[in-house]
Order: sequence, then C-alpha cells, then structure tokens
Amino acid sequence: METTTAVKKYTFKDFTSDQEVRWCPGCDDYVILRSMQKALPEMGVNKEDVVFISGIGCSSRFPYYMSTYGMHTIHGRAPGIASGVKLANPNLSVWIMTGDGDSMAIGGNHFIHLLRRNIDLNMVIFNNEIYGLTKGQFSPTSIIGQKTKSSPHGNTQPPFSPGELALGANARFFARIGGNNPKDMTQIFIDAHKFKGTSLIEVLQNCVIFNDGCFDEVTDKAVKEDMQIFLEHGKPMIFGKNNDKGLVLNKLKLEVVTIGENGITQEDILVHDAKEEDKTLHQMLVRLDYPLATGIIRSFNDVTLEEREDALTAQVKSNSKFKKADDLFFSGETYEVK
Amino acid sequence: MITTKTILQPEVLEAVVVRFVGDSGDGMQLTGTQFTDTSAMFGNDIATFPNYPSEIRAPQGSLYGVSGFQVHIGSVEISTPGDNVDLLVAMNPAALKTNLYSVKPGHTIIVDTDSFTKKNLDKAEYKTNPLEDGSLENYRVIQVDMTTMTKEALKDVEGLDNKSITRSKNMFSLGMVYWMYNRPKDYTIDFFNKKFKGEQHLVEANTKVLNAGYYFAETLELIPNAYTISPAKMIPGKYRIIGGNTATAWGLLAAAEKSGLELFLGSYPITPATDILHELVKHKHFGVKAFQAEDEIAGITSAIGAAFAGDLAVTTTSGPGLALKGEAIGLAMMVELPLVIINVQRGGPSTGLPTKTEQSDLMQAMYGRNGESPVIVIAASTPANCFNFAYEAARLALEHMTPVILLTDGYIANGSAPWKIKSTADMPEIKNHKVTEIKENWSPYGRDEKTLARNWPVPGTPGMEHRIGGLEKDSVTGNISYEPNNHEKMTHIRAEKVRLVQNNIPDLKTEFADSGDLLVIGWGGTYGSLHSAVKQISDQGYKNIGFAHFNYINPMPKNTEEILSKFKKIIVCELNAGQFVSILKTRFTKFEFSQHNKIQGLPFSNDELIQHFKQLV
Repeated sequence: METTTAVKKYTFKDFTSDQEVRWCPGCDDYVILRSMQKALPEMGVNKEDVVFISGIGCSSRFPYYMSTYGMHTIHGRAPGIASGVKLANPNLSVWIMTGDGDSMAIGGNHFIHLLRRNIDLNMVIFNNEIYGLTKGQFSPTSIIGQKTKSSPHGNTQPPFSPGELALGANARFFARIGGNNPKDMTQIFIDAHKFKGTSLIEVLQNCVIFNDGCFDEVTDKAVKEDMQIFLEHGKPMIFGKNNDKGLVLNKLKLEVVTIGENGITQEDILVHDAKEEDKTLHQMLVRLDYPLATGIIRSFNDVTLEEREDALTAQVKSNSKFKKADDLFFSGETYEVK
Repeated sequence: MITTKTILQPEVLEAVVVRFVGDSGDGMQLTGTQFTDTSAMFGNDIATFPNYPSEIRAPQGSLYGVSGFQVHIGSVEISTPGDNVDLLVAMNPAALKTNLYSVKPGHTIIVDTDSFTKKNLDKAEYKTNPLEDGSLENYRVIQVDMTTMTKEALKDVEGLDNKSITRSKNMFSLGMVYWMYNRPKDYTIDFFNKKFKGEQHLVEANTKVLNAGYYFAETLELIPNAYTISPAKMIPGKYRIIGGNTATAWGLLAAAEKSGLELFLGSYPITPATDILHELVKHKHFGVKAFQAEDEIAGITSAIGAAFAGDLAVTTTSGPGLALKGEAIGLAMMVELPLVIINVQRGGPSTGLPTKTEQSDLMQAMYGRNGESPVIVIAASTPANCFNFAYEAARLALEHMTPVILLTDGYIANGSAPWKIKSTADMPEIKNHKVTEIKENWSPYGRDEKTLARNWPVPGTPGMEHRIGGLEKDSVTGNISYEPNNHEKMTHIRAEKVRLVQNNIPDLKTEFADSGDLLVIGWGGTYGSLHSAVKQISDQGYKNIGFAHFNYINPMPKNTEEILSKFKKIIVCELNAGQFVSILKTRFTKFEFSQHNKIQGLPFSNDELIQHFKQLV
C-alpha cells in the first residue's frame, strides 16, 4: 500500500529533533544519524509515515534524535514492536535501530524470526563488537581473545557473524557498510527502504571508548580500498586501489586474483548478482575476511508476510457470510427461550 | 446389582449431572457436547466441563489417557458443572477406575463390558474385574456389550472399516442416555447430516448406532428408570451454548467493532489460553490481525507496536507466559498505551498443572513487574460473562490509555454454559483518545482532566510526530527526564490514573443478604461454586449470609468498604493460598478477614463450602 498523498519535499533538517544528541564525541553513531537524516528526504515518504523503533543500548537512543514517530522500547524486543506497528499500518516506513547485543544476544530469537517472516521493514545493526552503554563487556560479535571488562583475560566465546546468521535465517536483503562511509550508507538506506521485505544493514560502527579501532584494518581510509570490496548488483567483483584485484570461484572457494597476472582478464571476474534466490554465493561473500564484502550483498525479491496475509484476508472476506460481529454471534446452533 | 421395573411415566428431576469418560480417542468430548446441546435446545440451564489428559494420544486403555466431559443440566438455575455425578458412562476399565469416586452412592454407571478384557483390566491396574468382584455393590451398574452391539447394528452398512465401526460406539452410549433422560434425538441426527455432508454412509452409520442405543435402553428395560428434566426458567431470548475462551474472543470482536478499531492479537500458544487464538484467527473477515509470534514476549511486544499504531491490541496467555510478558507490560504502562492482556490462569508455580484450574496469578497480575507499575486488573466469573469482561477490558484500556489484565481461568475458559446472545448494538459505547487536530502546546502526554488518560496520536498523523519510551519522561513535554521530583510526580500520576477508573466501573453488589452475620467474598472464576453454595444455605434458612463477588480487582469498586462494614464476619474464598485476602487486608485495615483456600487444581465443591459457612454462623 503506497501512500497516495503527494509526498512533501524535505531536507535533512526536517528530520532532526530538538533533543541534544548524547553519544560520545567521535562515535560513528553520528554518521549513521546524519546518513539517515539525509537518506529520508530521498525516499519519497512523508515524515508522519516514518517510525523508528529501538531496543536498549547506545544505538537505541536513535529514535529520540529523529523528528519522526518513534519508540524506545525494551532490550532486544524492537523487532516484535516494529512488526506490530507495520502489521497494524502497512503504509508506514518502519525502521528498527539496534546493536549487536540488542539484536543478537538478548534479542536473538526475535532477530531470526523477523528475518524468516519477511515483513516489509528495515533493521540497522550498529555493530561495534562490544557493549557500550553498560560500559564495556564482550558482545556476541566480540572476537575470541578480546579483552573487555567481563573478559579481562580474553573472550572465550566464539562470535556470530551477523551476515551469516541473517542469511541462515533466510534474510532477503543484507548489506554491510563501514561506519565511516556516510555516502554509501545513505544510498544503502534508500535502497533498503525501497526493497519490499525485511532489509538488514550491518554498520561496522567504531566505539571510540571501549573498542576503538576494532575495524581499522578494513575501514581505515588508507587501507579500505585494498581491504574491502564494495559490491554492486550487475557489476564485476573488482576492488583495490588500482582496481586490479578481483574475485573468482576456484572449486568451492572464492579466490582473490590480480587482473593481468597469470592470464586473468576482467572477463574471468565474477559478476555480483544480489537478486539471485540461491544464497550460496552470498554466503561465501558474507564469510570472506579478505577482502571484506560491503555494499548490498543480497537483495532477493520475495513475497512479504503482508502480501500473503492480505491475499488470505481478501479470500476469506469474499467467501464469508459474516459482515458484522452479530452475524457470527447469531449464527449456527442457537435456540430460543420463550 | 440391577433392579428392573416397568416404566410408566418418566420421573421428574430438578437437575442431573452426567459424566462421559473413556479413552482420549473414544469421542467423549463430542458425546458430551451433543448431550449438552440437545438439553439446551430442550430448554434446560446448563454448565459443562471437559477434562482431558495433557498427553495428546496417551496409550489406549491407560489410566492417564482417560478423557471426560461432565454436564450439569437442570430445570433450576445451574451455576457449576456439579461436583458428584448421577450417571457415569465409562467406556473402559481405566475410565471407571479414575472416575468412580465422583459417582453418588446408589446412582448409575453404564459400562461397555466388551472393553473389560484382561488386557484393559491390567492397564487400569485392576487385580480383579470390578464388574464381578462385588466392589460396585453400592451402585446401579448397567452392563452393556456396547462394542458388539455397535458392530451388529452396522453389519449392513457398506464402506465402513473396523476402526470407524468401533469408534461410533460412543453414539450407542449417547442413544442410551437420550432415552434415560427423555431427550429428542433429532438435534444429533441433524448434526450428523451437517458433519458428514457428502458421506452418506457415515450419516447412516452414526444414526443407526444412536438409534440402536436408544432402542436398546427402551426395549430391554435394563435401565432402572427414565427421567426428565423440565425446561428451566430463563430470561426469554435467543441463546447459544458458549465456552469461556470463545466468549472471550467474541467479546474482543464486539469491542473492536464498537470502538471502530481493528483488532490485533499477538499470541503464543499456551494451555489453556490457546483456544482464544484459535477462535480469533478464524475471523479475518472482520479484519482481525492474529499474529502467532515466536514467543510470549514477541506476542505482547507486537501487540504494543500495534497499539502504538492505533489498533485495539490484545495478547493472550497463561501464568508462565504472563511472567515472560512482565517487562513488556511495564513498558506498555510506562508509555501509556491501551493494551489488553488476558491471562487464563492454570495451576502454578512454574509449569505447574497446565490443564487444571487455579487463581494463583492474582499477585503476579497486580505486582509482577519492576518498579511502581499499576495496571487495571479485572476478572471474569462465568464462561458466558468472559464475553462481557473481555469487552470491558478493551473499553477500560481504550478509555484510560493503560494496560488492562483480564484474569480468567481454566475452569471457566474450558467450561461452557448458555449465553443469552448479546448484540453489539446493546453493548456500551467505547471512547478513545486518538487525536488528529493539533492544538497549541500540544503534547503526547497531555491528559484528559477526568481520567488522566493521555492523548493517543498515532503514526501517520501529520504534525504529531513524537517519541515515547520506557525511560521516565517529563510530566509536561514527555521528553526524557531524570529529575527527582518529576519521577515522583509521574509515579503518582500513573497510580492516580488507575485509581480514577473507579468512576467508570459499577458498584459492588451483594446477593442473598445486604447485611448480616457473614459475608462470603470471592473473585473471578469461583462465582458459580460460591453462588450455588450460598444460595443453597440461604434456601435452608440461613438468611444472614450475604455474598459479594469481585470482578474489578484494581481498582476495586468505590463502595467496597461500605459493603464490608455491613457484616459481622467476612470470609474470602479463593483457589490459592490467600492472595486476594491479603490485598483486602492491606487496603481495609479495620476489618477482620478469615479465609477459605483450596489449592488442588480443582474448583470448590458445594459440600465443603456449605460445611465451612455453617461453622461460621
């Protein structure tokens, strides 16, 4: 159900609330906030139709800083609340703003079921591989050996990869982006909005206080072109400062090759197909350490839960003799007492 | 054991309790329902209660696989399914063994002798055959080789396998009972025609077996007597037999229609509440959005989301599920959204007794959340008035912008009774606090002066964009506030808001006596047992005993103290260790309360109540 009223023209300022932003100076959360405020005017959606739902954590303060509708809820439960909002009013653009702990620890169950159902809403994970708001404990994405307040001798719990978990739960849309890349992040938010179905965006978000520099190896400006591959649907998987590195499939593994070496030409390089239903290659891309895959890795168009429900409701309505509750109450086995 | 005599005229009885028991596959629920519906059409007042094992397909013939259905019919007012039975129909030894305790001495038991094999007797842990060892001397036992006669009746019907033949023997027993109680068979035969439409051989088979049972009882004169129960004096009108969970679901449908809102149910299956979900998912034609969530928490959080977006939002559960929902109820209370939470109580704690009844979630409903978090708590008291109180829960949630917990229990949820059908047109109006017009100094926490209910601006409304959340908020702007005095002020506002609901609920009433020596107090699903016990004792001449039953627990009706002051003694009866009485003791310190409690997973019995009340006066 697209809105029929003319969409108003906005700038990012129209989406800025009067609340003072209280994240730590230098936090990537500011980048996410500004990217969202810049993306919204491009989405073609009225401000009153936008809803941000969050759980608990640094990320979850997000709704207070937007001038749209919003609810800051309880730890891990934003997916349930957002699902209810969207099912109640399918005309709304619904966004879940969450963190690695909120979505994959306390909210892990809701996370996988949200992706399984494919309701048309969007989820942004601020993944900083640490608990920030509770001041520095390891999270379900913290790496083995990571020293935190709750793992002073090093973390012993192996981490989740959000993308692998998401694809395992049958996510139809998965994107990953560095927290220091507002330009591509903004575009990904717009694309996620346009995608019909549940969109999941993992932002590699640096926590300057408790896990500073955890993504530097791949996101630092000096190395990012060599360490990341930014995927675009229909384009060859080429990366590197000199655009000379590419990905090929060697048996069952992705392999990095250099164009011009060993007879490799651009024609040998894989072309990214985000819309493919078979997620085998998307899973390989999600798992890749070098280069780290960013951009929209998967964007498979599938039937949404609302579409299924609407179709069923229309069918039931057309077959039913009940128009009002009274029709039901007085139907069937009734009897008269005189 | 059997005395026979020629029947001239059926003997007229005021009321009778019949229990059908057999293996879970024997079709006892269906048999009981047919007897119920037929008796309802006949004009009797009725109360029923099913009793089935938690195992879905327990081993055949086992003691724990026995399934039963009890029905109490009368020409007088019937308010409980009855304690002890006048007629027990037992389809196998295990069913006899587990239900014999309930048969009144001297009363009748019908057994299928074909099932009293060595194997089945062993499974029921009988060392000797009770039909032969004299242990049933105190009862009138009618031994019928039901399986054999069912087979005989069906020998000419084509297209039936052995299993369907054996399975229709429940209709043989039903036929016998119809004859015994002088009931017409047409309703059940109509039922066969509808149920087996297009399968004529099944219609024919079931009708034949029903008739065979009926004529067997008539012609062989094995039945010691035939009875009839005249129609009851009931308020004229259109009725239907309704179960508590269905009534709850229908009350919500009526409330949605009356309020002009769409109904959203977020729920996770749990015994004994699941039938509400089962019922509501059927009604997509009314625009009902029933969402089976991944767990109890997602059940309630999806409902909170729907409430934020402007739906009439509901979540249904039972005790353990209410525990899981606690944090989210606190959120709904904090963000002040209308939300109906239905808890069909079962025996606790922990997994407890899932299929048994209890009233032990009252404290959980009242206080089971972190912080100061008052919510409205109400309770339904009969299967049929689950309709009214589900409706009432929705009305109060919408009019006061707060979560409402509705307590029912396994006893009234699974029980059924006649319901004088209510038209939605006759139900009270339901207001809500949706706002679309922006006024000066508008705020999402702007409140209605009389109720303190806040505004309900829903997403999609231009110009009313706002943020709400679980953090404490400024009493004026709704923005986050950690200011000490503001927190205290907001705590008082939220409590006062619930207290003010007193102005929107009816007074507490007394029955049988307005003042006197003893006030019997109950709440929720025990109404039938308590009402019937006090009525009986009052009829015996004890005119100094009054009865007051609470449907509104938080807040309580305004006149509660006045009523308490009119009796010398007060006794509070509950199916728990004393939860409501401790609330009453805290609220009304100048009265002395005594208590009567039962924690057996069973309802009160008439005898135990009467005995207890008599001791007190």
